[in-house]
Amino acid sequence: MIRAILTRLQQRYRTLVYPTRTPVLPDRFRGLPRIERARCAADCAACVAVCPVQAITKDTNGIALDLGRCLFCGACETACAYHAVTFTREHRLAAGSRAGLRCTAQELPRVTALQGRMHALFGRSLKLRQVCAGGCNACEADINVLNTVVFDLGRFGIQFVAAPRHADGVLITGPVTANMRGALEKTWQAVPAPKLVIAVGACAISGGPYRDQVETHNGADTILPVDLYIPGCPPHPLTILDGLLQLLGKGGG
Amino acid sequence: MSGDFRANACVARTAVPVLAIAPFRAAIIEQTRGGALLAALFGVPHESALRLHAVLAQPTAGTLTLLCADVVQEYPALTPECMPAHWFERELWEQWRVLPVGHPWLKPIRFQPARTADAPMPAPIGCTEFFAVAGGETHEVAVGPVHAGIIEPGHFRFQCYGEQVLHLEISLGYQHRGIERAVAGGPTARTIHHMETLAGDTTIGHTLAYVQACEALAECRVPPRAQALRAIALELERLANHTGDIGALAGDIGYLPTAAYCGRIRGDFLNMTALLCGNRFGRGLVRPGGVLFDLDDERRTQLAQRLRQAERDVRVATQLLWTTPSVLARFEGTGTLTRAQCEQLGVVGVAARASGIINDVRGDFPAGWYCQEHVSPASCDTGDVYARAMVRLLEIQHALLFIHCVLAALPKGPITTTCGPRGAARQVVSLVEGWRGMICHVALTDAAGQFAAYKIIDPSFHNWMGLALAMRGQQISDFPLCNKSFNLSYCGHDL
Ligand code: SF4
Repeated sequence: MIRAILTRLQQRYRTLVYPTRTPVLPDRFRGLPRIERARCAADCAACVAVCPVQAITKDTNGIALDLGRCLFCGACETACAYHAVTFTREHRLAAGSRAGLRCTAQELPRVTALQGRMHALFGRSLKLRQVCAGGCNACEADINVLNTVVFDLGRFGIQFVAAPRHADGVLITGPVTANMRGALEKTWQAVPAPKLVIAVGACAISGGPYRDQVETHNGADTILPVDLYIPGCPPHPLTILDGLLQLLGKGGG
Repeated sequence: MSGDFRANACVARTAVPVLAIAPFRAAIIEQTRGGALLAALFGVPHESALRLHAVLAQPTAGTLTLLCADVVQEYPALTPECMPAHWFERELWEQWRVLPVGHPWLKPIRFQPARTADAPMPAPIGCTEFFAVAGGETHEVAVGPVHAGIIEPGHFRFQCYGEQVLHLEISLGYQHRGIERAVAGGPTARTIHHMETLAGDTTIGHTLAYVQACEALAECRVPPRAQALRAIALELERLANHTGDIGALAGDIGYLPTAAYCGRIRGDFLNMTALLCGNRFGRGLVRPGGVLFDLDDERRTQLAQRLRQAERDVRVATQLLWTTPSVLARFEGTGTLTRAQCEQLGVVGVAARASGIINDVRGDFPAGWYCQEHVSPASCDTGDVYARAMVRLLEIQHALLFIHCVLAALPKGPITTTCGPRGAARQVVSLVEGWRGMICHVALTDAAGQFAAYKIIDPSFHNWMGLALAMRGQQISDFPLCNKSFNLSYCGHDL
């Protein structure tokens, strides 16, 4: 027992003060992109060419980056000789709509907090059933991290539960493989209404690195109505936490 | 008859002997009985036949045997005489519709569409006969694909007598997203991302196997500094996962202090990878020709400092676990896989070393910085949950020591060089000791240097059957603990 107590002291208090204080992310962290259309050269499309998932497009108005497809690999930043695309350390990336993930400057995507009855039902207690529907398991790894002492998800009233019947919604990762579609639909049907659908990671939003492969479905919203999109490959745990908190109207500034 | 080849070195495809099926089978059976690992067995269409490619790895000699044989429609199965071929032959049949005659349990492993042109659609996933034990006193328990926790999907079918498990059958494929099919014909701009996401927790391991293959095919020499940084990243990946696993084992038996501490320390290791490249899983770090991020002096000092802190934290957290008798009582004798069973099945990595088989690619087939800096392989011999935890603990200690040594003697110079075009009609087998065990990638190029075929074997592919056997005679309530002690990858298996 004494050893357990001494160990507890040695390991110290580690929980983040969040969202009131934002922890410092590594200087090389690739978060919200900054698009500066004015810098972009008219005859250049180097970024469009190198993007592995066609997240960047260019038309007469200039370039636009779809955060829902982006793998945050930084290839466009390296390819652009004019610094028209750079990645900032901003970790807040979640959006309430698919269109809200289109980035043409450095605007923060917007999440509309739950209102009225939905807020009354879920604002103080949100139970989620996680469904991994393909993907590489890195998204799940960084969702699991929210249950560690560092993030301590439970203090915000959010909990992952085993039974869909106990859940208020499903949180989906992965592109929804053909082989997981049935299980995902059954899980969703088992969640009592009203219910939420949250898509986490490039896969669940757009198919990610597997987009347009016949074995997958290009994301959760090809199957179910999605209420919250959290981009990244995988999203940083703070990005996921921020998205969930904003949905509940508990987000920081 | 069968040539000796080296890992991570490219050869002309014509140098690989093509045998008749009888000597092909005989060589595989004989070599696996003599301690060789069947690292790969896969098919590539060749004229009107299917060419079987086998890769046998000889850990003691550090050499590979590469063999081919052409088959049409059917051939006598290897499995009855060579169990490591069991899963491979099911895959061959599923992908190419070639029948291994006499295979004792021939059924899909992924429920994936066949790779042949006129193939019928596969049966819906899960629609298959499961092994059943008859009798009024037995019952069946079905779990998954959606499990209780935040984990990947897979289906487990237990045959039980009361609480006791008589047999477990594991049915996978839910994560199948067609990576091998997509990579063939490439590389394209996406290929490197497919490699980074084969198994997210093994981003560095699999990407390293891929770039090693590309570099061998292009005869590109990677700068020493890049090799050293890659090795650091690979060991950080091992540290994060092993620490997380020890925490999760503690969690599965309800010993919460170590579960909480190790869960957090795992994150510290992931953050060290992010210090190096901005991403906790090492995305964007390893590319053909080198690495994309350097470790400047300030970063190096910080990494060393953080490692020392994490080292202290892991030591204290694990000491607590290893000195608590109630914990050890739950670990010892649970989920035992004997050395003989491991050898019979061709089990690799942590699970094999926990049963006393000291195979480790870093020592047996060293590449990159592992040619300069040696890591002593860890092992234990009881083959139970305790042994698998112990091997992880030892490997944590060895990895920490290794990184400190590399950091102290980090070579100077560039971190990347151009990796030119790949040679035409070449073949390479790339091996890496990922944190789970041996990762094997086999690349075959066509006349233009593109991938005519690209085969990926995650260590989990060899080991799922090991988990099934380890569960025999166990309490079903011990399944989470046993499962965690193997911690195999679903996505790495399903591809
Ligand atoms: S979004 Fe990226 S990290 Fe998440 S599951 Fe897909 S490939 Fe993996």
